[in-house]
Amino acid sequence: MLELTPNEYKERKALRINPAKTCQPVGAMYAALGIYECMPHSHGSQGCCSYHRTFLTRHFKDPVMATTSSFTEGSSVFGGGSNLKTAVKNIFEIYKPRVIAVHTTCLSETIGDDIPTIIGQLENVPEGKYVIHTNTPSYVGSHITGYSNMVKSMVKYFSKNTGVSNGKICVIPGFVNPGDMREIKRILKQMGVPFIMFPDTSGVLDSPMTGKFEMYPKGGATVEEMQDAGNSSCVLGLGETAVSAAARLLGKQCKIKEHILGLPIGIEATDDFILKLTEITGKPVPEEIEEERGQLVDIMIDAHPYYDKKTAAIYGDPDTVLGLAEFCFSLGMIPKFLITGTPDPSFEIKGKELFDKFGAKDGFVKHSADLFELHQRLKSDKVDLLIGGTHGKQIARAENIPFLRMGFPILDRYVHPYMPMVGYRGAMRILELLLNVLMDKREADAADEDFELVM
Amino acid sequence: MSLNKDGVLTEREGFIKYGSCGGDMKCGGESLAGAVSQRACVYCGARVVLNPISDAYHIVHGPIGCASYTWDIRGSLSSGSDLYRNSFSTDLSEKEVIFGGIKKLTAAVDEICANYSPKLIFIYSTCIVGVIGDDVESVCRYAESKYNTRVINVKSPGFSGAKMQGYKAACDALMKLMEGSAPSGAAGKAGGGVSVNILGDFNLAGEIWIISNYLKEIGVEVISKFTGDSKYEEIIKAPKAALNIVQCAGSMTYLAKTMEDVFGVPYIKVSFFGVDDVCASLLRIAQFFNNDEILKKAKALILRMSPKTKAELDKYIPLLRGRKAAIYVGGGFKAISLINQFKELGMKTVLAGTQTGKKEDYEIISSLVDSDAVVLDDANPSELEKFMIQKGADILVGGVKERPLAYKLGVAFCDHNHERKYALAGFEGAVNFAKEISESLNSPVWKFLRQ
Repeated sequence: MLELTPNEYKERKALRINPAKTCQPVGAMYAALGIYECMPHSHGSQGCCSYHRTFLTRHFKDPVMATTSSFTEGSSVFGGGSNLKTAVKNIFEIYKPRVIAVHTTCLSETIGDDIPTIIGQLENVPEGKYVIHTNTPSYVGSHITGYSNMVKSMVKYFSKNTGVSNGKICVIPGFVNPGDMREIKRILKQMGVPFIMFPDTSGVLDSPMTGKFEMYPKGGATVEEMQDAGNSSCVLGLGETAVSAAARLLGKQCKIKEHILGLPIGIEATDDFILKLTEITGKPVPEEIEEERGQLVDIMIDAHPYYDKKTAAIYGDPDTVLGLAEFCFSLGMIPKFLITGTPDPSFEIKGKELFDKFGAKDGFVKHSADLFELHQRLKSDKVDLLIGGTHGKQIARAENIPFLRMGFPILDRYVHPYMPMVGYRGAMRILELLLNVLMDKREADAADEDFELVM
Repeated sequence: MSLNKDGVLTEREGFIKYGSCGGDMKCGGESLAGAVSQRACVYCGARVVLNPISDAYHIVHGPIGCASYTWDIRGSLSSGSDLYRNSFSTDLSEKEVIFGGIKKLTAAVDEICANYSPKLIFIYSTCIVGVIGDDVESVCRYAESKYNTRVINVKSPGFSGAKMQGYKAACDALMKLMEGSAPSGAAGKAGGGVSVNILGDFNLAGEIWIISNYLKEIGVEVISKFTGDSKYEEIIKAPKAALNIVQCAGSMTYLAKTMEDVFGVPYIKVSFFGVDDVCASLLRIAQFFNNDEILKKAKALILRMSPKTKAELDKYIPLLRGRKAAIYVGGGFKAISLINQFKELGMKTVLAGTQTGKKEDYEIISSLVDSDAVVLDDANPSELEKFMIQKGADILVGGVKERPLAYKLGVAFCDHNHERKYALAGFEGAVNFAKEISESLNSPVWKFLRQ
């Protein structure tokens, strides 16, 4: 496969080959699905909406509902204002959401549709219902930027400090699976910390089978929760690239203290998360959490001969890649290549800090990069493990590298949206999957005389 | 806008009808603003048609999304190059949107030509390219003259229509390719001998190989394939074929008609879905050549394959008889084949919808289904849900967006689109289809569903 890829790396300035990102609107759509009774609305051509729904469905294996302004030649000349107005009217009448979350596309941005003005002119928004929006030009940033922007808009439109503290902390999760959001909530409950969390796609995109199709499944943060978020004692953003902007805005807008951490992936980042919670709330770490951490360490020690000093290449979204890289380092592995497609200079700074912290001298970290470049670099500097979303499978096959599917998107496996990679339980799961691919590879390559029952 | 008694948007009423009752079907209209449409855009249509050309560089000129959503999702298999499984794009950024994307596009083409020796490059012009006014044609001319390669602009701004217009844009690009590159010599009926092009088969799960083998067996040469497992060298020879056989009529009838006008290659519509359709199509191809030898071989092939396939299928009838099918597919012709296939299996079609069906297709569909069956154009998920429940559908045949919807309703599913993993065409495919339908319908997992 991929005979195209030459061994020698050549700088490309114009051509993107095999991207490690996608465009803003799909991230905004995903974030909006984390609101209860929300209809994400794509203001652009019908193809965008169709692609985003398909893309999310391929990853989450669940129906993804969203509407479109269905731009025509006419709207691209005269503006999409009337399309949006018609759409909003139709959506409230037919699909009856509580919230319509509008995001833009490259087309509506380029023709210059002024969404706040159009929203301001809307008549017939039913009492107690809302239309919110965010600008997501596809030619800026990536799906992570789109997620960030939509979450920021949730804060902007809803969160208010009424002067009466609710005694809760507000947690804003980064771009992760519903299984991760569920796990973050579980940890908060275990800690006995009252909280508000948004967006929250658990119960929406990992919804159970009931024999009924629900346009709006049970999960998601409510409007009231997002409003009340402004009365929290503080806000904790998990994922610097994906949600620090929203957390900072909430802090500023509602005059509450903000804390920003990376995604709690692996033992050290989860320690940081738990310690931050104890620091904020003054609550002790409960025994169940100590027990989980102890189990994780136990597994790490039991299995270390099988992963120690293994090299890895990790690609995907900035917060996820950095989290996975730190965990690999904690295990004694050597992540040599860290790649994200998302334009984010801070990714390189943080990657280098990680390399320094763990004494890795020749680590390679790059933002705005693509998988074709990664493949070329792997040809001259092979690694023992490739970690990332489905799009790396061709590289893994071409170079015969064991492949751990982690992150977004995963289009060719099941169950992942339900399971966490965050927290100590998530770390155990990562470790199980990681060991499976490394040990399966070892056995597949083993000579008959080396093929052993006990490992 | 409001809902009627069936919970359907009143504006959508004309797009839905019950079997053979009442008037003409409205179709091909624009999706309503605010609808959860299952429909895609012009670019999508162009991309799915051209993508299977395996040794072409498909450059998507636009922001990254259009490239990333169509990266290797087609399910078309290749016997040669896997170049088409890569994603090439200009990944336009804000700077280019303001100052124009031509410089970056030119540089991207230069980078390909400097490092590889491309024979064929397609440049897909997406929504934004039309709006910022990039002169993509000029880049094509520049690159063609500088690098001795074919560089073809596929004009596919998403907003300029639906998938159907994209098919047309792709066919225009193919015509441009053939007209500019075709080797000289007698074409069409005049000099084509016993040869065909296969149009509208994308080699999902290797289906075009099955059909090509049949044709080879009956003595018909396949010159070119549009576009499953096709290559540049093969496509430019297509005008020399004696006949075009058109399988996916929705995407390729336009190309067939244009090729007839320009190159004098006649066409016939065929379908290789379901035993009866396969047999009829083979005979029609053989009859076209008016050649006893071919007809004899076709009959022999049918005689060898048909009875044993039907015997295989008969085994499934007890497992399937009386079950109710819902169909929601891209083109009208496929829907028609599927209705017939379900009939062969003792099943009844209670809902039939398409994204791009034409008036004629809907007439045939309506005549094939019972009078109380629902026929719809460009359905949205709510309509699918409503009618599947109302009609008690046991299985849905559709594509990726419909799969989880069906499952959530506790309805079995068969992917008859890009994500099919087993060939569904030909005699072998008919058995695979029955097997797949039966496995999904009769899986033990449904038992665990609490009603």
